Amino acid sequence: MVTNITNLGRSGLSDWLIQRVSAVVLAVYAVFMVAYLLFHPNLDYATWSGLFSQTWMRIFSLLAFISMAAHAWVGLWTVSTDYLKHTGARFAFQAVVIFAIFVFLVWGVQVLWGA
Amino acid sequence: MSNLQVSVYRYNPETDSAPYMQEFQIDTQGRDLMVLNVLTMIKDQDSSLAFRRSCREGVCGSDGMNMNGKNGLACVTAVSEVIKDNKLVLRPLPGLPVMRDLVVDMGLFYKQYERMQPYLQNDTAAPAIERLQSPEDRDKLDGLYECILCACCSTACPSFWWNPDKFVGPAGLLQAYRFLADTRDNATQSRLAELEDPFSLFRCRGIMNCVAVCPKGLNPTRAIGKIREMLLSNAT
Ligand code: SF4
Ligand code: SF4
Ligand code: FES
Repeated sequence: MVTNITNLGRSGLSDWLIQRVSAVVLAVYAVFMVAYLLFHPNLDYATWSGLFSQTWMRIFSLLAFISMAAHAWVGLWTVSTDYLKHTGARFAFQAVVIFAIFVFLVWGVQVLWGA
Repeated sequence: MSNLQVSVYRYNPETDSAPYMQEFQIDTQGRDLMVLNVLTMIKDQDSSLAFRRSCREGVCGSDGMNMNGKNGLACVTAVSEVIKDNKLVLRPLPGLPVMRDLVVDMGLFYKQYERMQPYLQNDTAAPAIERLQSPEDRDKLDGLYECILCACCSTACPSFWWNPDKFVGPAGLLQAYRFLADTRDNATQSRLAELEDPFSLFRCRGIMNCVAVCPKGLNPTRAIGKIREMLLSNAT
């Protein structure tokens, strides 16, 4: 049995599932965003902030952010274990990625509930 | 004039500090030879060339090598199928340590195969004569049992190149499924447990290099997909 402690789900199956499900969420979010922008060609600040003041939009956005965070972590963890053979370099890369994802996530929450 | 230009990877760790390509001219007398025939003719010119072969008919799996960039069996690959710019370029299978010339160390490949416990396991009492199987159940093994372990697929797989110690590779996974799909085998749970981690099976990215090169026309990617389905239905 091959063991790992740095991957997200501790199992290849859950990582694989996380990757699939988060991809679907991100696709739906992206399609929604593009459609919304197309339907509002003269978008102003009031409409835009009105959209994000609604609870469903905040939940939808948070879901997309979390999906993005999970998707990025699983993907970049995989890339690092494929290409970074030096343990120190791999660990440093993973630490930077985790830190960046954490910052973006907290920042995203702040943006959603801040204004 | 029917001179064939052949470029062959040479490396003898006892005398060479680095591998190099050696050029040979082979007179084919206008025939479209198999690559293995060409190698035999080269060996007549230079007996120090090392390569593996045995059956010369695509059965034993000894002469897997990289011919003009594509893995295959030299004995069943015609020069015309692979030649580019009138030049034949022969290299060892990529991704495994070269022992000498076209001979690679298959240790890691066999180790992954061994990990898959490629033999029937059944802990129920053995019947008096043999474990029977319906023709339909036997059909499920078609496309799986024919593998000759030539390693053309695993050594064409980037995931195997990067993690040959952790990723089982297409050949081993095809054999894992051969026993998962066998109705006479009941070690399904322990076989699946061995494959659940992020590397052993899930490092497959589905780019299907394995399918493109298998000289037996087998489809490891499909077998990997079937195992993934089994893992998923087992866990949900
Ligand atoms: S699956 Fe095909 S390419 Fe791979 S080892 Fe078996 S016969 Fe060779
Ligand atoms: S489909 Fe999977 S096993 Fe086959 S070559 Fe691609 S990554 Fe390797
Ligand atoms: S020599 Fe046996 S497969 Fe080519």
